[in-house]
Amino acid sequence: MVITVLSGKGGTGKTTVSTNLALSIDNAQLLDADVEEPDSYIFIKPDFTEEYEDVNRLIPVINNDKCTSCRKCIDFCQYNALAIMLDNVLVYPEICHSCGGCARICPEGAISEQEKTIGSIKWDHADNILEFWQGELNIGEESSIPVIEQLKKHIDPNKNVIIDAQPGTTCPTIEAAIDSDFCILVTEPTPFGLNDLQMAVEVVRDIKKPFAVIINRSEEGYDDIIEKYCKKEGIKILMKIPFMRKIAQLYSTGIPFIEEMTSWKEQFVIMYKGIEEELS
Amino acid sequence: MKKITVISGKGGTGKTTVVSNLAALVDNLVLADCDVDAPNMYLLLQPEIMDDRLFKSAKIAIKDQNRCTSCGVCLEVCRFNAVTSGFEINSIKCDGCGVCVAMCPTKALSLEEQETGHIYISQTDYGPMVHARLNAGGENSGKLVSRVRDLSDEIAEKEDKNIILIDGSPGIGCPVVASLKGADYSLIVTEPTLSGLSDLKRILELTRLFDITTFVVINKYDLNEDISYDIEQYCEDNSTEVIGRISFSSLVNHVLREGKLLVKEEPESKVANEIKLIWKQLSKIIGEK
Repeated sequence: MVITVLSGKGGTGKTTVSTNLALSIDNAQLLDADVEEPDSYIFIKPDFTEEYEDVNRLIPVINNDKCTSCRKCIDFCQYNALAIMLDNVLVYPEICHSCGGCARICPEGAISEQEKTIGSIKWDHADNILEFWQGELNIGEESSIPVIEQLKKHIDPNKNVIIDAQPGTTCPTIEAAIDSDFCILVTEPTPFGLNDLQMAVEVVRDIKKPFAVIINRSEEGYDDIIEKYCKKEGIKILMKIPFMRKIAQLYSTGIPFIEEMTSWKEQFVIMYKGIEEELS
Repeated sequence: MKKITVISGKGGTGKTTVVSNLAALVDNLVLADCDVDAPNMYLLLQPEIMDDRLFKSAKIAIKDQNRCTSCGVCLEVCRFNAVTSGFEINSIKCDGCGVCVAMCPTKALSLEEQETGHIYISQTDYGPMVHARLNAGGENSGKLVSRVRDLSDEIAEKEDKNIILIDGSPGIGCPVVASLKGADYSLIVTEPTLSGLSDLKRILELTRLFDITTFVVINKYDLNEDISYDIEQYCEDNSTEVIGRISFSSLVNHVLREGKLLVKEEPESKVANEIKLIWKQLSKIIGEK
């Protein structure tokens, strides 16, 4: 089973849920797909070693001897990644989506493609029970999707897979969730949390994934705002993680809270089994 | 006119809270909510919408069933896995590149613009505000951010405003880059957690790449003073000024839950004074340049 943990709003506790859940259940594989700002490693403390996998994309290269400045490639490109200056076609690699169209349509055969490294896939080389993989986008690169796609190739179907997604409701978040069996939406009981949860719910419904909610920083008397909405929409609340200074402090120093508050381990296992039952 | 983009790397560090409260302190400004994935500023500033525009940008391939001969060229050329084995277009995966359209021998495919969201121009108590809402699964958030940014520029120009204050999105990818383009300053809101520090390092590298003068605010700095110290050290080593420190207070969440602004509701509180100090410092720097 593959579970993706996501949220509309950032900082609601995706990484807290992903890491603590992955450390609680058996036979787990954790993938950090928040490739712009991967943070799970802080809690898992992997041994990445020097060995990693490059994520490459194909970028057009113009052969100026063959190019006749006909502009067909520029007119074709939907992303405005090509421009012409003093009769030379220029390529803006950061904007290019690597569709390969310009190379296909160039009537002079003046465009070829070259690999460009835009990120990396790292993994824990230590012999830990939890298998851990991380995608990382290079700074200055704008498109996370190829990194997330390559990361997902390492999904082991025989494992209990947890994917930590990027916050938001657009392409990178959807890419992380689209091949999963179930989505956990993490939110917090504030007007911001509710607003962004509603947007995330629209997205998981759009991609037709079964899902449920975890309320993080839950507080007596304040959870109403989320509970009322979930009740109205028929959304199950899987778990409430209380607002406690201790949890915040453990988080700040990179300690998964189940390590210090061990009874929570059982709670995560029960929750996981509940999801398994629901899907079977 | 000066443009300040507020970003954070890590999500949930308090960008929107800082921007909204600063908005109440700054005279003659335009606000732009460029966090189109999770736009929240309107919840605190209760804007009155004056202008609602449809935003169309993302295109997807549409198939004319009558012309399709199931030759399979589209499946072969698509690099986004958006063509199914039955030669249907998966609209969620389609990137709108147009390669299948160009290569289809029977011209059975065409690109069509999709409605991807709304852009609003509104009025708040503190000045005009440009914000947006992306439809579920809407693509091209970078383009929408650019549109919000350009509109706020136009308004600032027309109404002779001094400051454009932009609420950016978390991360380092395309919406963030779009919100930083043309900015005179960036203000990074971070928090004293190892995740906050790890993400701060990455976002600082990005603002350095764009050569934008950057300042740092440590929110909830007393939650873990050791890590706050590490953040200050890191900033000092990287010639970045820590311009503000906001203490951890339950008052912040309390006022937020009411949908109100701390500097208005509790103007003499410690946190309100800390936010006022940020603007005092920032306005001094902007004035000097």
